[in-house]
Amino acid sequence: MDNLDQLVDDARAAFATAGDAAALEQAKARFLGKSGLVTERLKALGRLAPDEKRERGAAVNRARAAIEAALEARREALRAAALADQLAAERLDVTLPGRGGVPGGLHPVSRTLERIERLFHAIGFTVADGPEIETDWHNFTALNLPPNHPARSMQDTFFLEGRNDVLLRTHTSPVQIRSMLAHAERHRGADVMPDLRIIVPGRVYRVDSDATHSPMFHQVEGLWVGERVSFADLKGVVADFLRKFFETEALQVRFRPSFFPFTEPSAEIDVAFMGGAPEGRWLEVAGCGMVHPNVLKSGGIDPERYTGFAFGFGLDRLAMLRYGVNDLRLFFEGDLRFLAQFR
Amino acid sequence: MQFSENWLRTFVNPPLDTGALAHLLTMAGLEVEETHPVAPPFTGVVVACIVEAEKHPNADKLKLCKVDAGTGELLQIVCGAPNAAVGMKVPCAKVGAMLPGGFAIKAAKLRGVDSFGMLCSARELGLSDDHAGLLALPEEAPIGADLRACLDLDDTCFEIKLTPNRADCLSLTGVAREVAALTGAPFTPAPLTLVPPEAEIRRAIVLDAPQACPRYCGRIIAGVKAGAPTPDWMKERLKRAGIRPIHALVDITNYVMLELGQPLHAFDDARLSGAIHVRLPHPGEKLLLLNGQTVEPAPDTLLIADEARALALAGIMGGEESAVTPETTDVFLESAFFAPEAVAGRARAHGFASEASHRFERGVDFQLQRPAIERATQLILDICGGRAGPVEETRSDEDLPRRPEVCLRPARVRRVLGIGLDDDAIRGLLERIHLQVRDLAVELRVTPPAFRFDIEIEEDLIEEIARLYGYDDIPAPVPQGGLLMLPATESARTDWDARHRLAGRGFQEVVNYAFVEEAWERDFCANDDPIRLANPIVSQMGVMRSSLIPGLVANLAANRKRQQNRVRVFELGRCFLRREGPEDKESESVPDISQPRRLAALVAGPALPEQWGEATRPVDFYDLKGDLEALFAPRALTFAPLAAAALHPGRAAAVFLEGRRIGLIGEIHPLWVQRHELGAAPIVFEVDLDAALAARRPQSGEISRMPAVSRDLALVVPATVSAEQALGALREAAPDIVREISLFDVYQGKGIAPDHKSLAFRIFMQDTQRTLEDAEADEVVSGMLRHIERAVGGRLRA
Repeated sequence: MDNLDQLVDDARAAFATAGDAAALEQAKARFLGKSGLVTERLKALGRLAPDEKRERGAAVNRARAAIEAALEARREALRAAALADQLAAERLDVTLPGRGGVPGGLHPVSRTLERIERLFHAIGFTVADGPEIETDWHNFTALNLPPNHPARSMQDTFFLEGRNDVLLRTHTSPVQIRSMLAHAERHRGADVMPDLRIIVPGRVYRVDSDATHSPMFHQVEGLWVGERVSFADLKGVVADFLRKFFETEALQVRFRPSFFPFTEPSAEIDVAFMGGAPEGRWLEVAGCGMVHPNVLKSGGIDPERYTGFAFGFGLDRLAMLRYGVNDLRLFFEGDLRFLAQFR
Repeated sequence: MQFSENWLRTFVNPPLDTGALAHLLTMAGLEVEETHPVAPPFTGVVVACIVEAEKHPNADKLKLCKVDAGTGELLQIVCGAPNAAVGMKVPCAKVGAMLPGGFAIKAAKLRGVDSFGMLCSARELGLSDDHAGLLALPEEAPIGADLRACLDLDDTCFEIKLTPNRADCLSLTGVAREVAALTGAPFTPAPLTLVPPEAEIRRAIVLDAPQACPRYCGRIIAGVKAGAPTPDWMKERLKRAGIRPIHALVDITNYVMLELGQPLHAFDDARLSGAIHVRLPHPGEKLLLLNGQTVEPAPDTLLIADEARALALAGIMGGEESAVTPETTDVFLESAFFAPEAVAGRARAHGFASEASHRFERGVDFQLQRPAIERATQLILDICGGRAGPVEETRSDEDLPRRPEVCLRPARVRRVLGIGLDDDAIRGLLERIHLQVRDLAVELRVTPPAFRFDIEIEEDLIEEIARLYGYDDIPAPVPQGGLLMLPATESARTDWDARHRLAGRGFQEVVNYAFVEEAWERDFCANDDPIRLANPIVSQMGVMRSSLIPGLVANLAANRKRQQNRVRVFELGRCFLRREGPEDKESESVPDISQPRRLAALVAGPALPEQWGEATRPVDFYDLKGDLEALFAPRALTFAPLAAAALHPGRAAAVFLEGRRIGLIGEIHPLWVQRHELGAAPIVFEVDLDAALAARRPQSGEISRMPAVSRDLALVVPATVSAEQALGALREAAPDIVREISLFDVYQGKGIAPDHKSLAFRIFMQDTQRTLEDAEADEVVSGMLRHIERAVGGRLRA
């Protein structure tokens, strides 16, 4: 009688020495193939007497199961080894830079304006826009600037060749007039005209050029007209805005009496930082005031019933203070090395 | 407006230091732009007299001086100043003195000789840049007196920036009146005495334009010594007010103007003939001004004239030929009121401004002419001597400004300012600034004084109340309002969406000037008739842009000079065109000019930043086209070849959205690339911004659960057939079950006839209700093939 235990041991040894799937299949054939050692023994069972056959059959089947289990284990081990090899071969240098382009960015003045729009949007201000070549009436007359006012002189205003009715707007304030006229028209006949709350960002033009003046620059104008709008509200809105914009409560905001033809009373707004580079110095950031009754009238609004305030910030100036830019002209030179800093 | 603090304090002297006084003025609307001390700090400098001055034994350029500095003994001081002379009064820094810059004076040996102090130049004391010699002090300066006290150096110059409405503060009197109102400190006006006439000398005055000049006072002062020196105190006050002393007569008129606010003019009476006329110019009349300029006054410019000729531009500047000089003996003094509207803008029209025009165009107190001429007369008599004639006053009462009452409702004050101020407090504030107030129970009636030209309506008074109440004391509450939400539409994107989409694809936003060089408009936009500025700042910024593209090209050129070769920039802004089509939307209408908002981008250089993982290749048309399509996605754009100025004729396309042309895309023409040294050809697009922002609300449709079938169709078409034409032909023949047709290969070359190309499409089909049979799919493709054969001459690729 041959020794089945020996056979199982032989098979295990043969599988263990098979170094890859092909060798393992060959070893399998030697034991479990059609003429393999286990198969031969199963075939031989037919020649045995029934009692002996049962006993011997059970033993051979046990041996076969053991060999099959050994085969499966070896297969699994080979698969695991192959996967490990594959993974090792596929290792990447994860520190290599990622592929593709890099994002660009918004202009620092846009970035500033986007924040300002978001802040004012949160208290119900919508954005209004208007033409940059503006009529003399919208830019000056409607804003209570009489024809011989110094601000109308050739020194400040760009005019167009061959036209005396239009000019490059010197401020965003003409949009106040356009917006008020449209608002008043929309609510004509209503018992109460709803409040008008807008901010007006945009390019404006003045004949001026040095480190702090550019012939083109940006303003953002604000206007709130309603039945109960006061100078105190103006102070509240502007002070809140400035602290949110600069993200600090450590900001002093001062309203200083001033004069503009389109507001009365008027104020200049100064801020002083209680830390950082310009600490303690008062910096002028805006002009503001209660909308002059003549301006409300130009906008088709009854100045007896409604009052309003308006303010105008130098958008570039806010961006300069926020990001530490010291020369206004940098904003308009398109130098990618400068602009890329604001991504 | 600039002045000496000490001078101001002779009129009003509140218990405030310099800083507090400056703050007070600033917060009252008289913005103090700058304060600077008249002299830097120094100590131990006294008035001394040089008693002996001999040559230094060991140095040719030094002198050995004996000086009386009031110490009881003569001090030996070595001095190098060329003007050191016996009898001269000079500043002496004694041993122990501290000069500006922390320079301490000690006893020293100079070239072997002891020196006990230092005699000083103006520069050494920080008083001026004069270093030619010792500062000569007045003969009457007391020996031993502290120099700071002697020269009134503990003083500060104030520079205030006055808003145009506050002409009343263009004088020391005006500022002092304001300080008194703000602090309650007593106000001492300048001394005003009536000078009785001593001689019956007079010159007639005729007001030919009484509306422009309703009051004119004139007076002859005869026998003056015009060459008399101006007293030092007056010169010093003038200098500290930024006015250069000239000679006594001119200095006195300037002094009175600063003191009271009334501009005066002194004529040489000997050069006048006949009556004074205040009139408009005769045609062609010319006048040589004091500043050397000869002007031909505009017809609305008021003149002072005598019976022979024009003498002066009224309220602006005197004429050279009638001017007083140090030789003048008889003076004709003018003190007049010219209406603001008769002076405004006239000086500017001739390209200058003067102290007088600055005041008259803003408004001079129309009751001040007589007091001012009396004050000036007294000063002239005191300084230059002479005999005064009577004051000749001509006026037109009906043309003098009026001061009608202004109605003020206290309730409106409270509403507009948002403060609870009672009626009495309002009245009290107004009276502090010399307004007359009548109380009519529900409202106040307020009469402004003659020196205020800015109080005509209720708001003018509300402003005064706010100012006097103190802007700082007005509360700053959190704003109250109804919590009504703002709309958030899905039918339009915002500018920010467009900006962020482009930034996300690697573009940097730029902001370029809206005015450009005329050549750019011609070269890049074929625009021979741009909108020109009448007064450009430089000729390179002379016309309004009609396209954003030239600016971006300039950005590329500038960045290439800074070694930035990969450039991806965009700009969002207005362009300016003469209007040909219909008006813009009503709220933006400006006659004959349209100002569309556009969005443009430029790419140049490598498609990607140089990197290990991708081969380097130059960016091309299709890269930028992909960016443009991504900007509009999910809305599909269509393109058609375009001939455009400055674009490569074979690489430019018009861009269409839903059949409407909204812009262009293309490669810059090689000629321009060469001319502007752009390196490789940049690609640009420019589209209408509103088109780029239009959006639609997505609508959900049924997603088919049935399997999809795809078929590939490789076609050979004539090379002239565009991909869009081929695709269009396929789409025309596609039944509903065709979900998508994609172009996945374009081929020209071996195996394809030279004037043909191969296009390979993949056609996806799917039905929502049932599984498609293969035969059905094949039939659809055959139908599409038959159609494209007829439509564009395509056939199946072998």
